[in-house]
Amino acid sequence: MSFTKTDLIGLKDLSKEEILFILETAEKFKEINQRDVKKVPTLKGKTIVNLFFEPSTRTRTSFEIAGKRLSADTINFSSSSSSTTKGETLIDTVRNIESMNADIFVVRHAFSGSVKFIAENTKANVVNAGDGTNEHPTQALLDLLTIKEHKKTFEGLNVAIIGDIEHSRVARSNLWGMPKLGITVRLFGPKTMLTEHFNEFNCKVCSSIEEAVDDVDVIMMLRIQRERQSNLLLPSLREYSKFFGLNKILLSLAKKDAIIMHPGPINRGVELPSILADSKQSVILDQVENGVAVRMAVLYLLSLNKKGE
Amino acid sequence: MQNYEKEILNAHELDNMLTRLTFQILEKCTDFDNTKIIGIKRRGAILADRIKEKIKQFKNIDIEIGYLDITLYRDDLTEISEFPILRGTEINFDVKNKNIILVDDVIFTGRTVRAALDAIIDYGRPKKIILAVLIDRGHRELPIQPDFKGKYVPTSIDERINVKLKEIDEIDSVSISKMIK
Repeated sequence: MSFTKTDLIGLKDLSKEEILFILETAEKFKEINQRDVKKVPTLKGKTIVNLFFEPSTRTRTSFEIAGKRLSADTINFSSSSSSTTKGETLIDTVRNIESMNADIFVVRHAFSGSVKFIAENTKANVVNAGDGTNEHPTQALLDLLTIKEHKKTFEGLNVAIIGDIEHSRVARSNLWGMPKLGITVRLFGPKTMLTEHFNEFNCKVCSSIEEAVDDVDVIMMLRIQRERQSNLLLPSLREYSKFFGLNKILLSLAKKDAIIMHPGPINRGVELPSILADSKQSVILDQVENGVAVRMAVLYLLSLNKKGE
Repeated sequence: MQNYEKEILNAHELDNMLTRLTFQILEKCTDFDNTKIIGIKRRGAILADRIKEKIKQFKNIDIEIGYLDITLYRDDLTEISEFPILRGTEINFDVKNKNIILVDDVIFTGRTVRAALDAIIDYGRPKKIILAVLIDRGHRELPIQPDFKGKYVPTSIDERINVKLKEIDEIDSVSISKMIK
């Protein structure tokens, strides 16, 4: 298997083999994160710029740790303290930083498609760290790695994704990736957050939460993204929690060894009560741990492929 | 184009050579409580397994073994033509203050061993590292020499040494080959 991609924009663009190859590579990187000296010299001399035009702590930190563990120089750029507030265009910002010989850009932006646009206009390798409501590929890859660790296989698994599907780039990346691996995806959420276009994906849109969680292997609860929606989509958090949140009774409908996932940060008591978020079935912290390994794998694999070669 | 290939060690000779290497190691090492073996993946790891078994057979000592993937430590990662596949490192013991017997199949430029030394030292500071290789084909680019070698095979730079081991290649054999144009 050879991996020839120069950018990671989304799981839509990856084949089943490429997804599995990234996951296998990430598994090898997990060992480095357990060592006393959590560092290898692989990307020594490379410069990775975290271009975050949207606030983020965990994804940026995860990418920063991943880059540093590969010995790359990682620089953080946040839009609030940059020239974008002075009116500089996106491409000018990218080209200016590129002129300082950056090798990899890790980009988060509020607009869907913006990361692809950047990738088409730079010689550096580009990793999508979340673009609008489009994709968040490394999050979906860490979800898949976590599922692989707990379920050993992908073929024939049933995964329920519940909540604010419409605004979730994590859900969209998983919707592109999971069916390629033989996973059946069920979706459920408020009608205002689950428009008809999801019928076009290779998934099942459920009419009740009971139907969604019935006999599933994985329950993925999504965060209510209050920053990406108007109040009109949701009468109240209390009502949302009652009709769309997970609880013990609903969990008992799933397989006995079902795992609970969440991309974080959790709105405790809204989509997930603490008793489930902190339970043995919850793999939320495994997801965070796997995030570093997946990002190391992605940075490593992309850095081997130069654009135009 | 014609491929020239000549066997220089058959299965029996290869096994004898490993036995001799094992006895050389046993003579050099006395403190076996503090000794561990690390094989460089892939074929060095298999040879390390075999040396471990021979030590067990001759001395009744079960030495702990680890396997090292040096891909992430290579200094030519961006220059190599084939895509480097990670095979993963498995070292489940503390290397600090230990005598490490490092095993590989062929020593050539010395860059693989340099990478392996860097990788091991990232796990901790060993007391001593001893290098044992099956074949030394010369052409060193770094000042690194094995403590024990099975056979010195003078080669030209365009020749290849092919170590085949039955665990992955179905036969035990070492050959030298060259593409004749």
